[in-house]
Amino acid sequence: MRQIPFRACLRMAAVAVLVAGVAGCSEGVLRPHGPVGEAEKTIFLNSLGIMLAIVVPTILATLGVAWWFRASNRRARYLPTWQYSGRIEMIVWSIPAMVILLLGGIAWVGSHDLDPPKALVSPEKAVRVEVVSLDWKWLFIYPDQGVASVNRLVVPVGVPVSFRLTSETVMNSFFVPELGSQIYTMNGMVSRLNLKADQPGLYPGFSAQFSGDGFSGMRFTVDAVGKEKFANWVEETKGNGRSLAMESYEDLAKPSKNVEPYTFGSVKAGLFDLIVNRPTGAIAKGN
Amino acid sequence: MFGKLTWSAIPLSEPIPLAAGGVVMVVVATVLAWITIKGHWPYLWREWITSVDHKRIGVMYCLLALVMLLRGFSDAIMMRSHLAFAGGDGQGYLPPDHYNQIFSAHGAIMIFFTAMPFMVGLMNFVVPLQLGVRDVAFPTLNSVSFWLTASGALLINASLVIGEFARTGWLAYPPLSELRFSPGVGVDYYLWSLQISGVGTLLSGVNLVTTILKMRAPGMTYTRMPVFCWTALASNLLIVATFPVLTATFALLTLDRYLGFHFFTNDLGGNPMMYINLIWIWGHPEVYILILPAFGVFSEVVSTFSGKPLFGYRSMILATMVICVLSCVVWLHHFFTMGAGANVNGFFGIMTMVIAVPTGVKVFNWLFTLYGGRVRYEVPVLWSISFMVTFVIGGLTGVLLSVPPVDWVLHNSLFLVAHFHNVAIGGVLFGAFTGYTYWFPKAFGFKLHEGFGKAAFWCWTIGFYLAFMPLYALGLMGMTRRVQHWDDLTWRPWLLCALGGAVVILIGIGFQVLQLVASIRQRRTNLDLSGDPWDGRSLEWATASPPPVFNFAVIPDVVGEEAYWGIKQRAIETQQLPAEASYQAIEMPRNTATGFVSAFFSTLIGFAMIWHIWWMACLGLLGAYAVLVAFAWRREVEFVIPATEVARIDRERRRIREQFLLTLGKPS
Repeated sequence: MRQIPFRACLRMAAVAVLVAGVAGCSEGVLRPHGPVGEAEKTIFLNSLGIMLAIVVPTILATLGVAWWFRASNRRARYLPTWQYSGRIEMIVWSIPAMVILLLGGIAWVGSHDLDPPKALVSPEKAVRVEVVSLDWKWLFIYPDQGVASVNRLVVPVGVPVSFRLTSETVMNSFFVPELGSQIYTMNGMVSRLNLKADQPGLYPGFSAQFSGDGFSGMRFTVDAVGKEKFANWVEETKGNGRSLAMESYEDLAKPSKNVEPYTFGSVKAGLFDLIVNRPTGAIAKGN
Repeated sequence: MFGKLTWSAIPLSEPIPLAAGGVVMVVVATVLAWITIKGHWPYLWREWITSVDHKRIGVMYCLLALVMLLRGFSDAIMMRSHLAFAGGDGQGYLPPDHYNQIFSAHGAIMIFFTAMPFMVGLMNFVVPLQLGVRDVAFPTLNSVSFWLTASGALLINASLVIGEFARTGWLAYPPLSELRFSPGVGVDYYLWSLQISGVGTLLSGVNLVTTILKMRAPGMTYTRMPVFCWTALASNLLIVATFPVLTATFALLTLDRYLGFHFFTNDLGGNPMMYINLIWIWGHPEVYILILPAFGVFSEVVSTFSGKPLFGYRSMILATMVICVLSCVVWLHHFFTMGAGANVNGFFGIMTMVIAVPTGVKVFNWLFTLYGGRVRYEVPVLWSISFMVTFVIGGLTGVLLSVPPVDWVLHNSLFLVAHFHNVAIGGVLFGAFTGYTYWFPKAFGFKLHEGFGKAAFWCWTIGFYLAFMPLYALGLMGMTRRVQHWDDLTWRPWLLCALGGAVVILIGIGFQVLQLVASIRQRRTNLDLSGDPWDGRSLEWATASPPPVFNFAVIPDVVGEEAYWGIKQRAIETQQLPAEASYQAIEMPRNTATGFVSAFFSTLIGFAMIWHIWWMACLGLLGAYAVLVAFAWRREVEFVIPATEVARIDRERRRIREQFLLTLGKPS
């Protein structure tokens, strides 16, 4: 009959592991560096708090009741026919219902406030980036600057970034945990996402949707830099002589793994929409 | 002649699948040789393979599930041990193409061939007994269902040594699963094995729904049915409602792959997102198909071992049916990240949370069932209490994920992986083990070894927490699922801890194997002569253990909730059983090879289609049709057990039962 105290220890250990994980992690969704991630972290912690307020007492009550009413405890009252109480029924239906009412409100408001296509409020004009997921790397096109970058996303700090995303082949999910929301990239379709970095730094990004053999290496770095440095980077890139047009894009689109970052100094205007609208398999079929 | 099948399909150059396949084949060959040497074939054929007895079929379902659990777990421990050492400069030991097959096979096998057969098996075995009837509505169909499931399991395991399995994840999302990106036979193995077993599951669902709606003992009204029957009803209604969607979705993908259709392709008007919607319209109800019967098992066990009726019986029924209906309107929460509008995301998020209300009610009702009880700490209760604690944590993380903005940062992360294992292991699998321990003596007439059972329980519980709590942390740290290699070295301790957990679970599985072996060897010391080893409350405990083929010599007349508890209390008070009824001859369905033979032809069709061996597929189709014709024109469907034989069997049961009541003696 030593099971229950042991169980309690076990549960505490589990919670400790979780808390340690939350507190100890050096990066990830609990260390956001932008307003979207920040808001999502707040929603996460609020929802967690609301639920822990009911879940912890329930777990403790379960263990306590199960232990107290063990068969060998003759001090516990035995109620062999007790099976209904209208009041308790009322309470057990209302407690979860009220919690869900609260959380439902959070979910509804959060889905609207943080809707990925919704532009972020900022005095600065957003930087536009067009994202194409390829087998197995990321292409970032800056249509206003006329440059493009592979597996490295340079963004100015404090300026919203407005993404349009698509996929050359299979589905992927564009995700930078420290900036916030992820979104699927889908062939022939454009999804939209708005993010902002508040502090300079290097943030890991990757595909969060399995896409084949090169999936694990489909990573990129977000380099959040000051506005001047961003302008410098654009200028430097423009001078590198590599250009991205349909032909060089088709070279790029050939499957490759663990690609080191590089850039294109000029990009054919409207390339992203061409990629979205053309029939796929065009490369495979050689036209 | 043999389509795409050549000698190169056997992975001679890959040591791991080859060795694994070799070991499996040696084990299978040993078992088959042992059966042959001991001369058990006629017995197996007569009593099990051709059996249409719902109890035998239920047992075979559970056995299939246990064997497949070993296969699925081998995949799991390979993934954990690879991943723990595949960080930074370490490359692990599984190349991506093999690793990707393993996680796809792990998911598909655990859901379709472990969890499903376990739950279907328990329902098959228990529901007719609890309803006080002699068999399910369509006994031969039941056998067909089981053998089709076994056929799917055979095909999916054949992919280990002949060809390859899908490298797409367990739901085979297109366009990755389309011919252009997955040209091999892996996705075809996936499609045909799940298609065949899915048809089996659908037929089994039809069978159990009919049984529950139309075949209850006299007086067994809906509000007198044990809660397990209610959860079985809800689960099978969901099977009937949603498995056709799965069949259709797979059929569309099959058309894409075989005949160049464009339902889910990138080009020519196809839309992969349609597949993702369709598969989850089946997929979300599927998780409730699995968990609802587990809820039923816990309801039975908590009430029995507390020595009390279930608290809030009607409330439980209401909660079950609310879950059954709501589970069909939440599927979109599996892809909040697709970029649907805010209203759509908000709606599905809230619907998902609403399911937490009836689920929470259930937890509280179990809690109040324990309250005022005399809880006997036998193995099934340990599993149940561990479930209550674990499942509440899994529910919490599930509701967290149902908040769309939270899902946008945790979708597809290891947090998600931890969540669904938290409910799938802590809910479904613990439920299956509870039911297995609880009803084992009913099926075989002796109890499972308690010491090994407790050891297995502790290993599974501790192992579960060690293996999956770190994954929550890793998910928050930004580790996504299905990666074959990672770079952030701060993740290593967590992954090592998870591997440790998997090893503890492995030890738990070892104890379960030992438990089964020891229980069979020492069965004489664990005999359940009474037929009622746990002081049960529903009708399955009214008959002998194991029950005679006809379950009840005289169909019981039900006069209240907890049918058997009432009968037992009256018998204890009067110190005798109710007067002997007049015995009559009983007609029982005759055993038939229909199920086995039709599954043989289904396997042939599946294998032929996978490898594009068209003549063999035609042959299989012809064979299957011939089985149907032979079945339709059969003459003798039933055999008769004479009244004297029924009387002899039942008088023996009554004699033992009366002795048992005298020793029990104490009116309570």
